[in-house]
Amino acid sequence: MAEFILEMQNIIKEFPGVKALDDVNLQVEKGEIHALVGENGAGKSTLMNVLSGIYPYGTYQGNIFYSGEECKFKTIKDSEHKGIVIIHQELALVPYLSIAENIFLGNEQGSMFNIDWNTTHDKAKKYLDMVGLKEKTTTLIKDIGVGKQQLVEIAKALSKDVKLLILDEPTASLNENDSLKLLELLLKLREEKGITSIIISHKLNEISYVSDKITIIRDGSTIETLVKGVDDFSEPRIIKGMVGRELEDRFPKREKYIGDLSLEVKNWTVYHPVEPDRIVCNDISLNVHKGEIVGISGLMGAGRTEFAMSIFGKSYGGKTKGSITMNGKEIHIKNVKDAINNKIAYVTEDRKGNGLILENSIKINTTLTKMDKISHRGVIDTDKELQVAKEFKEKLNTKCPNVEINVGNLSGGNQQKVLLSKWIFADPEVLIMDEPTRGIDVGAKYEIYRIMNQLVAEGKSIIMISSELSEILGMCDRVYIMNEGRLVGEMDIADASQEAIMSRILQSSKEEKESAS
Amino acid sequence: MTRVKDFIKKNTMFLALIFVMILFQVLITSANKGSLFAPTNITNLINQNSYVLILATGMLLCILTGGNIDLSVGSVVALVGAIAGKLIVVMGMNVYLSIFICLLTGIAIGAIHGYMIAYIRIPPFIVTLAGMMLWRGVALLILDGLTISPFPDNYLFMFTSYLPLNPDGKGVILATTLIVGGILCLVYLAMEILNRTKKIRKGYDVNTAIAAYGKVGVICLAVLVLSYLLGKNKGIPFVLIIVLIIVAIYSYFTAKTVPGRTLYAIGGNEKAAKLSGINTNRSLFMAYTNMSFLAAVAALVCIARFNSAAPSAGTNYELDAIGACFIGGASAYGGTGTVGGAVVGAIFMGVLNNGMSILGIDANWQKVVKGLVLIIAVLVDVLNKRRAKSS
Repeated sequence: MAEFILEMQNIIKEFPGVKALDDVNLQVEKGEIHALVGENGAGKSTLMNVLSGIYPYGTYQGNIFYSGEECKFKTIKDSEHKGIVIIHQELALVPYLSIAENIFLGNEQGSMFNIDWNTTHDKAKKYLDMVGLKEKTTTLIKDIGVGKQQLVEIAKALSKDVKLLILDEPTASLNENDSLKLLELLLKLREEKGITSIIISHKLNEISYVSDKITIIRDGSTIETLVKGVDDFSEPRIIKGMVGRELEDRFPKREKYIGDLSLEVKNWTVYHPVEPDRIVCNDISLNVHKGEIVGISGLMGAGRTEFAMSIFGKSYGGKTKGSITMNGKEIHIKNVKDAINNKIAYVTEDRKGNGLILENSIKINTTLTKMDKISHRGVIDTDKELQVAKEFKEKLNTKCPNVEINVGNLSGGNQQKVLLSKWIFADPEVLIMDEPTRGIDVGAKYEIYRIMNQLVAEGKSIIMISSELSEILGMCDRVYIMNEGRLVGEMDIADASQEAIMSRILQSSKEEKESAS
Repeated sequence: MTRVKDFIKKNTMFLALIFVMILFQVLITSANKGSLFAPTNITNLINQNSYVLILATGMLLCILTGGNIDLSVGSVVALVGAIAGKLIVVMGMNVYLSIFICLLTGIAIGAIHGYMIAYIRIPPFIVTLAGMMLWRGVALLILDGLTISPFPDNYLFMFTSYLPLNPDGKGVILATTLIVGGILCLVYLAMEILNRTKKIRKGYDVNTAIAAYGKVGVICLAVLVLSYLLGKNKGIPFVLIIVLIIVAIYSYFTAKTVPGRTLYAIGGNEKAAKLSGINTNRSLFMAYTNMSFLAAVAALVCIARFNSAAPSAGTNYELDAIGACFIGGASAYGGTGTVGGAVVGAIFMGVLNNGMSILGIDANWQKVVKGLVLIIAVLVDVLNKRRAKSS
């Protein structure tokens, strides 16, 4: 039997209200490249955070063995000390420092009070050569592209004498050429230095090319591990593992009454807010009817959120082109207030970051979108406000002692309900719901679905953006598929399947590549 | 037990204020230096701290928007004072017109700050730091480094006289103040009863009768004691009336109005506020415009109190106001805090100053104590929040 450099046994990690990891087992052999795949939110990143000590020992259950000894990492420093280095999707580089300074950040050469700059640059040069980056060590990070920054991260890892390198979506923001270079580098590091890598990625073609083993994670549990040369490494096979669960009764039934056209967006193009020439969403046309739930499916970074936010009062993006029609009449939305007045609501995917005011009460959060409704000439009727908040608490079955407590004290599922209350209170006809069930448990998900069904039964329309294919299939009447800023398909739900949607996305990526080359 | 704990937690600063008052009272009487609650001293306290209360009210709105502060306040006080001196004393302009021009100047200065902060998005710290230097400089230019005084009686009358006007004898003063105090108490009690019955009728949750009327009782008692003490001296200072009106208006504004609510929303989570259709720029603009307006009001009060417009007027006033807000429980990150809290903070600082002065504590030590109090107040606040979060 081969020597395992890493064994993670029965890892369980719980967040308030959510079991993010449920009995995960992972075995990585020395000198292999091991891929970790799964849907968004399956628990891949959580697992790696457990491994690297970001979630310290004691906050999870289970055992981690590294090179034969049990690990109890309290901090990232502990794991780095052992030669485990994690490179996150968002790179941890300081833009206004040089390459050399970044490589030795926190590990400065020389003594505490006297940094030896000559050694710093000499050594940095050596590591840059190793990763094949031809840049001066004095170049500032902000002046090089993302692909090269990725290489600097790896050089930094090498400087820490890495033995196990973890890469979280390393190629997500790289182009084809840079991605290939990076993968070749991983192969080279394995050959020359015997460095073991764990790579998390959505790009299945890259994974089947570079990795020796693939472990599939689904809903916080390890499903299977495929071995190169033994198992089928084809994309359909991997997808089947990723999404292969049954739909069961996870979605409440609803009677379908689909009415007239409500919102229609035509030829919608959005430019990047900072780089005015870059197109983020390209010529998107879609519509939704009264009483209909329409899904937008796609991978992270497909431009779905950007699309939704740009419609919602230009909350994202610079210039926009295209038209929006509501109930047959063209409307012009200049800001969020206009959008709300035109009865459009956008329920954000990031409820903590830009959805809720965590330090304010449920009551205040609930009425924030339409304070006119509970006020008279600018004076708030606090009694009425309280009444409204209580009604929504009952209606949506929000679990809380009373509506005066701060939203920050609620569980994710209940926070999501407050977020929904807030938008239902604004009386929208069209709700754009961005990842409405992200990070909440199955029970709360069901309740959110129930509320969605209730809303469309009242004749409202819902556009649901979701990365969970099962959710799209379980809830929607129609699904649009987005990839790389474009609409690449539309399917009636009767014709759609997880495989069909996935392969449409992958196919369009391929076409994009071919047309580019 | 949890209710007692809750009560203490919610009213920490108020209780601390009472504690400090008692502490100083004991120290002062035992040192045989009179009494903190001597009628003349209470009048003094009010006159000395009126400007802090006015400024702290405005500063709270700025702090609510995200822990932003306005450093220019002291300089604006000096500048508006200088303009008032020039207009009223040197040019002999009509007093009311001069006051109007002064308030307008405050609004204009605030609008400049607000525009840069809200629409151009320069950090408030930098804008108001520049304002602090700039307006002080303009004030010095106007005054040419000299002090203007004295102000005419009809101006001083508005800010330094006492109710009742022209009393015939001590008895009339005491009777007037007690009657005013009594009326205030009755009005307060009536409002509380009305509010309560309405809530009960509509079936809303209400505090227990003991808690609700206990609070009314404590506040009424304080008002009556204050009325009595003021009645024992010269009566109710006009300045107190001005301050009370300002505090009342802004308490209502922050607690009960939509634009007030938006301030909290912005400070709590600006992105969420924006995505809820709130015009965050307008609110920021308003907060800073208002701050300089109140600085102008404070300037008018100050020049009357000192009967002069001096180049050094208003020095460090911004720090007093900021300190009062933070001691009063405003969050340094924005989003939480009340006008009432800022008032308690301002009185706390005032009592501390006044008490230490009476005790004859060295001025250098006074600074040390005030600094320590500020950091302890914020420390308690931050630690409390952290505990709440982790539990």
